[in-house]
Amino acid sequence: MSTLNIVLGGAAGQGINTTEELLTIALKESGFNFFATKEYMSRVRGGINTTTISISSSSVRSYSERIDVLVPFTKGVVDWTNDRLSEDTLIFGEKYLEREVPSGLKLIVVEIEKLAKELGNKLFANTILSGLLLGIVKADKKALKKAVEDKFSSKGDEVVSKNVQAAEKGYELSEKICKEYNFSFEIERDSSVREDIVINGSEAVALGALNGGCDFVSFYPMSPSTNVAVNLANMAEEMGIIVEQFEDEIAASNASIGAWFGGGRGLVTTSGGGFSLMCESLSLAGMSESPVVIHLAQRPGPATGLPTRTAQGDLNLALYAGHGDFPRVLYAPSNIEEAYALSTKAFDTAGKFQVPVILLTDEYLVDMYYNVRTLETNNSVDKYIVEMNSDYKRYKLNDSGISPRGVPGYGEGIIIANGNEHDEYGDTTEGIGLTTAMQEKRMKKLDSLKNETLKPYFYGNDNYSALLVSWGSTFETVKSVVEKYKDKGLAMVHFSQVYPVYDVSDYLRKTDKIIAVEQNLTGQFADLIHKELDVKISERILKYDGRQIPEEFLEKELSDKGVL
Amino acid sequence: MAKQAKLFDSDRPNSQDISWCPGCGNFAIRNQVMDVLEEMQYTPKEIAVISGIGQAGKMPHFLGANGFHTLHGRSLPIATATKAVNPALEVIAVGGDGDMFAEGGNHLLHTIKRNPNITVIVHNNQVYGLTKGQGSPTSLPGMKTTTQPWGVYDEPMNSIALVISQGCSFVARTFMGHKDETKEIIKNAVNHEGFSYVEIFQTCVTFNKLNTFRWYKDNTYFMKDHDVTDKEQAMSKAFEKDPYPLGIFYINKEKPCFDKHLPPYKDNNEPLYKREPDFDKIRRKIEQKRG
Repeated sequence: MSTLNIVLGGAAGQGINTTEELLTIALKESGFNFFATKEYMSRVRGGINTTTISISSSSVRSYSERIDVLVPFTKGVVDWTNDRLSEDTLIFGEKYLEREVPSGLKLIVVEIEKLAKELGNKLFANTILSGLLLGIVKADKKALKKAVEDKFSSKGDEVVSKNVQAAEKGYELSEKICKEYNFSFEIERDSSVREDIVINGSEAVALGALNGGCDFVSFYPMSPSTNVAVNLANMAEEMGIIVEQFEDEIAASNASIGAWFGGGRGLVTTSGGGFSLMCESLSLAGMSESPVVIHLAQRPGPATGLPTRTAQGDLNLALYAGHGDFPRVLYAPSNIEEAYALSTKAFDTAGKFQVPVILLTDEYLVDMYYNVRTLETNNSVDKYIVEMNSDYKRYKLNDSGISPRGVPGYGEGIIIANGNEHDEYGDTTEGIGLTTAMQEKRMKKLDSLKNETLKPYFYGNDNYSALLVSWGSTFETVKSVVEKYKDKGLAMVHFSQVYPVYDVSDYLRKTDKIIAVEQNLTGQFADLIHKELDVKISERILKYDGRQIPEEFLEKELSDKGVL
Repeated sequence: MAKQAKLFDSDRPNSQDISWCPGCGNFAIRNQVMDVLEEMQYTPKEIAVISGIGQAGKMPHFLGANGFHTLHGRSLPIATATKAVNPALEVIAVGGDGDMFAEGGNHLLHTIKRNPNITVIVHNNQVYGLTKGQGSPTSLPGMKTTTQPWGVYDEPMNSIALVISQGCSFVARTFMGHKDETKEIIKNAVNHEGFSYVEIFQTCVTFNKLNTFRWYKDNTYFMKDHDVTDKEQAMSKAFEKDPYPLGIFYINKEKPCFDKHLPPYKDNNEPLYKREPDFDKIRRKIEQKRG
């Protein structure tokens, strides 16, 4: 087994995060690649939340629901994760689990709370557990000690030394258990991992935006998009940027248009319900040709839906939002590296073409984290603004449809922006010729946008008999399944930009077996491909229960379809 | 009569045929705004007029200054942000009673709370003009409108009491028929550091036959010996009607101003478009994640 999946499950507010943090820090310090993803309930206390930590000798990005080691922190976790357990799963925990674990499953009772109390405080339980789990993968003891010391250093020497003791106790315990159950995981280490960055999807979007020159962030809190704003708010003083929580999403997105008008570079972060409220302003951006960058972290709808879970159900919303016709760009990052890179690129595209750019992520992507080698930074940002002369025309008609954009106060001229149909200066007009010309001018930008559309990623058997079509955050999982079965004629074409749609009709016409893989009820992207490329994708693997598509689900669906 | 060109007149082609009804109160407000800005020695490039939708919302097209004609009710968040990224600009938001009290009511409340250093001019003609004669949040009971043919039955919104109660840092009301007083009020509002609310009673000669020029003359008066720092006194004035008090109701110079606490301006007042991102800092942020 090359990858070990550890799952921590507990109630919100139970300190499961401490164990998770110590674990991942020490794993990385030990030279293990890891990938962490969580699923959680929409409540502040109680319920059951789980985090899956995959540990591997090589980089791991895809989601497998298999649980190798389960650590329940509270009653009910075994039942909650039941579908993911097998006879190979080791379940570690307190004595009460004897009543919960079905026969045939392996339970190893470790009375951690008792041990913690022996050390003087039951709060040490989380640290003991971290030691125990790190012992199982034979992580570096020094790395564990350092992680514990760093974590508790602000709480004084005694707390530090007690926690170090607790961690060591856990580690020793694991050695005993492994021996007793004749159990061993050997995961090869890669010392270069120790130099890696550990970053989650929200941080990647936030840093990517800064790298794109973002200097104004407006939002209204909404899961799962809020952490992007939280990250930026915490960097605002140091970076010298403006981060403001507005009264609603209507204000947030309009403020962003105001910021771009004034010469700033605005980011809006929201989720589906909030984005719905932004439709009107998106239309204003379309008409006034304002650059806009909206990060839309998807969760299942309609309405409030499943606030803390994941989906790819807002593609149609992002695609068609706003009254009237106007061009737009929709990016859908595949993973954390792309969340960063496309967040940066969104600013360039928005500025260059003066169009709304929407970055479609989802709960799965923004909450996941793993180790990456590096993230490249820009050395400059092209603002695409001009100094205005005294006869400046904001909406000058030209071949490209892109009129040079001025900023109030920059140059001798003035700028008039307008949400009404307008003449070249920006003043309202109802003249037949001009209104036609202006509509066409705006839409002309779509041609240039099509030339700059990101090429989809093809992977798998060159002589494929079945082709998977996917987009956004399902990438790594789809890829790992294709890798496993490419000899059976499997391949994939994956989109990180979902509008404009890159023409892949050549790929699609090479086989009759095209299967769309999406996290929504209807196959929104498959329908878009049909509309844009005139290729009908009738076979679809769709998941819409708010949980990310795991490898196992995809394999089963493909096998049901006779592909595997 | 030959038109006398003013500094803030527009020479753009579609500015020449001003689309307000002849006799519209907006003409007077436009003149007062242009005159006072010139008297205050502003130049067109230093001013940005950000409007919503309505007859008042058309204002940017008839001025020679930066302008943004936005959406119904949305001018305040847009104006707030424009000022925040471009602090040297003098930002004036313009809208009518529909813009500010109906569609944009929530934005008005929160802009008062946020207190950005901008001025809003609310053209209150107590009726909807652009959409042709429907009742507005400030229409008086008994007024028959196209969509309330039976006559408005409910009490009008008390906008002055509302904004004072929320602690708006500058609150004034005037009537567009009083040129000098209105100019003086706008001047004070623009000079005030914080969110300045200026409501201007305005005639709508086409749709409001109740609140005529004469009606406003007869039913308003300028406050004398009013202490503008006394919020309670201001509040009690706000509830007076028949006649309605005009003048500056309330000023609070102590209220923290939004723009003052913004991180970019701690030691540098340059507008953001003149700056470059600090990539070294971004690099450091990424490096910190190596642990």
